[in-house]
Amino acid sequence: MTEPRRIRNFCIIAHIDHGKSTLADRLLEATGAIDARNMRAQMLDTMDLERERGITIKANSVSIRYTPPGGEEHLLNLIDTPGHVDFSYEVSRSLAACEGALLLVDASQGIEAQTLANAYLAIESGLEIIPVINKIDLPAADPDRVAKELAGILGGSADEIIAVSAKTGAGIDEMLNAIIEKLPPPEGDPEAPTRALVFDSYYDTYRGVVCHVRVVDGELETGDDVRFMATSIAASADEIGMHLPASQVVKKLHNGEVGYLITGIKEIDLIRVGDTVTSARDGADGALPGYSEPKPMVYSGLFPIDGDDFERLRDALDRLRLNDSSLLYRAETSRALGFGFRAGFLGLLHMEIVRERLEREYDLDLVTTAPSVEYEATTTDGVALKVSSPQDLPDRSILEAIAEPYVKVMIITPSDYVGTVMELVQQRRGEMGEMTYLSPTRVELHYEIPLAEIVYDFFDQLKSRTKGYASMDYEPAAYRKSDLVRVDILLNDTAVDAFSTIVHRDKAYHYGRQMATRLRGLIPRQLFDVPIQAAIGGRIIARETIKAKRKDVTAKCYGGDITRKRKLLERQKEGKKRMKMVGAVEVPQEAFVSALRIDE
Amino acid sequence: MLLPDSIELADLAARWRSAYVHVPFCRRRCPYCDFAVVAPGDPHTDDLPNLTTRYLAALHAEIDLQPDWSPLDAVNLGGGTPSSIGAAAVGKIVEHLDSRFEIAPGAEVSVEANPEDVTEELVDGLLGAGVNRISIGVQSFDDEVLRFLGRAHTAEEAAAALEMCVPRLNCGVDLIFGAPGESLDSWRATVTSALEVYPHHLSAYALTVESGTSLWRAVRAGAAAPDADDQADKYEIVQAAAGDANLVQYEVSNYARPGFTCRYNLSTWGQGEYLGFGLGAHGHRDGVRSRNVRSVLAYVKALESGELPEAGRETPAERDMERLMLGVRRACGVNLGEWEGAAERHEGLQRLVAAGVVEIDRGRLRVLRPLLADDVAATVLSLSS
Repeated sequence: MTEPRRIRNFCIIAHIDHGKSTLADRLLEATGAIDARNMRAQMLDTMDLERERGITIKANSVSIRYTPPGGEEHLLNLIDTPGHVDFSYEVSRSLAACEGALLLVDASQGIEAQTLANAYLAIESGLEIIPVINKIDLPAADPDRVAKELAGILGGSADEIIAVSAKTGAGIDEMLNAIIEKLPPPEGDPEAPTRALVFDSYYDTYRGVVCHVRVVDGELETGDDVRFMATSIAASADEIGMHLPASQVVKKLHNGEVGYLITGIKEIDLIRVGDTVTSARDGADGALPGYSEPKPMVYSGLFPIDGDDFERLRDALDRLRLNDSSLLYRAETSRALGFGFRAGFLGLLHMEIVRERLEREYDLDLVTTAPSVEYEATTTDGVALKVSSPQDLPDRSILEAIAEPYVKVMIITPSDYVGTVMELVQQRRGEMGEMTYLSPTRVELHYEIPLAEIVYDFFDQLKSRTKGYASMDYEPAAYRKSDLVRVDILLNDTAVDAFSTIVHRDKAYHYGRQMATRLRGLIPRQLFDVPIQAAIGGRIIARETIKAKRKDVTAKCYGGDITRKRKLLERQKEGKKRMKMVGAVEVPQEAFVSALRIDE
Repeated sequence: MLLPDSIELADLAARWRSAYVHVPFCRRRCPYCDFAVVAPGDPHTDDLPNLTTRYLAALHAEIDLQPDWSPLDAVNLGGGTPSSIGAAAVGKIVEHLDSRFEIAPGAEVSVEANPEDVTEELVDGLLGAGVNRISIGVQSFDDEVLRFLGRAHTAEEAAAALEMCVPRLNCGVDLIFGAPGESLDSWRATVTSALEVYPHHLSAYALTVESGTSLWRAVRAGAAAPDADDQADKYEIVQAAAGDANLVQYEVSNYARPGFTCRYNLSTWGQGEYLGFGLGAHGHRDGVRSRNVRSVLAYVKALESGELPEAGRETPAERDMERLMLGVRRACGVNLGEWEGAAERHEGLQRLVAAGVVEIDRGRLRVLRPLLADDVAATVLSLSS
């Protein structure tokens, strides 16, 4: 065992692209934990998607043995954290496993909103912060400016801030030294009943669920009977080990140590991030604080383009869920799209990642309906309902009110763009809160905005309107009553449920107009005129007409070439097969995909 | 006499045997044409007279190589421009087909001709060679439209050609409608001029942008494309005018005086069998569909080495589906046969019935709106799966 005083548990808080993974690579190399020859870029990002997008979705941890020059050996546990706002609960659990954090900031870009939000979260959790400025080798680096900014935010002196280049290795030794000198060792009672925090878990096809744990009190021993306190699941500690970074089996994990635990449990649902593991007998009375159930923020319908793929989609979702208990879904039937699922996600990125993995890893072609949030509807007889699908909204005749979730949004932007950002926020029904100058040229802005207004393309708009300089973070705020309506799209007088949406009344016309125009361009002409209408209740707010098709025949057949003629007709037949009937109207699958596309 | 749109005639035509002979030579390549054509300026045309000689020799060799068959009910020389090789060369081909397979008594022997080739001498020569039908590529009586279509003749030449032919032999007029820039009035005038001479047969084809043609390249580069609604208007104009002139519509694009239905044409849509000779020609024999190579040099060289110039062949699966797909184009429709039950249960087809696009009467499917015939054919193809 390693005595707690020689253990440092820490994480790295950084914005995407600010070099967290490269810094982790450099730490592994500098401490000899991994041979430079066996190094591959971004060791800790294991999923292809993570490497590709340069983000961390799953938390990872690695234990490093390090002996500073002339000192004793220490065990440094680097606990990786997800880098995106969608995963803020996971971030909070990772932070709870640490005593300290490296706050890593790009020397040319300065601190970003998400980083700052996570830094605040770390400070609130009582972590010791070591600010580190990275990428000092870059020509555009301005470490002095960034150091002043960080000192302004965290207090302390700009001179003490460590400057490194994760790329060249400059400053890494100084940083290692600071980790040992400045971060506190773990506390915790070695004699108390065992309490270990599950800060991450993943599913391994052969081993079942593997939990990443931080032992807080007592110890975990191989063969122990253990209990997961939030779910009350009993299991046996079949295997305990550490990542060095290669897995190494150990007999015990003591208080303050970080490692993995395999219990033979196969269902990831039973092992929740934030849960506490204790001994089955003489266990702890109370769990570690901070556990909460995963709560989706964004909902969307997922429908296979080919109806025959429904079972494959279910299977794929089940498999994804093995590794991602925050993914929630239930079967949903759409008249227009057939059988599919209504899925809840932690945020837009989470939704995009899930969809991309379904398409890429499971080779599914999907129609994804417009993202929606969870509304609270109240009926005239006082019943309150959660509505995450426009289809579930009660009829207007019995609908008393609709409330929608708001979020607190923090935006950091160069001061030149404050006007632009305010304009965008106003368009999205946002309310201005505090405004703080981080430095003479950088501003921290606070707003409350309806979540529905940011799930579309708010982040992209923010980025493009500020030339990529602004960053944002958000957290849930209270529900508020709003003037919301459901807009239905009618095709030849039949409502197409897949296109229904709940929007603010002021935006209903725009949505209706846009959908009607898009669909007119996407749906081929039929045997009769097809009206496309957007309606709120019985009131039509937009209308387009697809004129009846008059000519669908080839003039002749070249020199008796029946084969070619037949091929053309077979293709036309296949095209018909891919049509979905909406009432009497044939709608190509592609029309659903294109009409619901978020961009443009 | 059987009317052009009668079921009896269509059933008879399904059993006719034809020969198609492709003569690829043209004075110039029309911008919309994607047929197998050889025009000056093409590869290997430096010595065109020599190429023509070699081609015709190859054609005769191909006729010799084809296994025996029963007598021919129809012979059609198409192109290209068959009239460009002259009556004597046409005569030799007809004579060879007769000696090789026998041309049945009363058979149709038809030749496509361009107006600028039609002279009294040509007509004399063709009649002397046993040709009894001529099909003239008039396309339009509007010189502007003719220019757009890249034709070598004028409206005046076209009128003169018809005047020469209609009194002397079974004469068909071929028209193209819906070129960008052609007004409705221009098209009405073209139809009137064509019907004025009371031709035996009228084919009116909508201009189609075939990929790879120079028209296709122009459209792709942003030039005006034919408009489907405009073509529908023009289709209805010719359909009505032909009826008024006592021509009977028997197929999507074809009209005839009673007794002058184009046998080769009607046979094709009746899944009839035919031999194909020449560049890019298609054959349909013993249930096998074959096609010849489209490169003139490959064609000539194959036959010079005593080999058939075939580029491919296939035995269509679901022959009966093919019969339906072809038959829907005929005015008399097609007998559903074993598919009758499936047709009754088929939602897509029943929608077409409900919309008045087709009718199904005593097991026979008939397209009432021929402008939507492909929609019907594609739907009919899905009866089998």
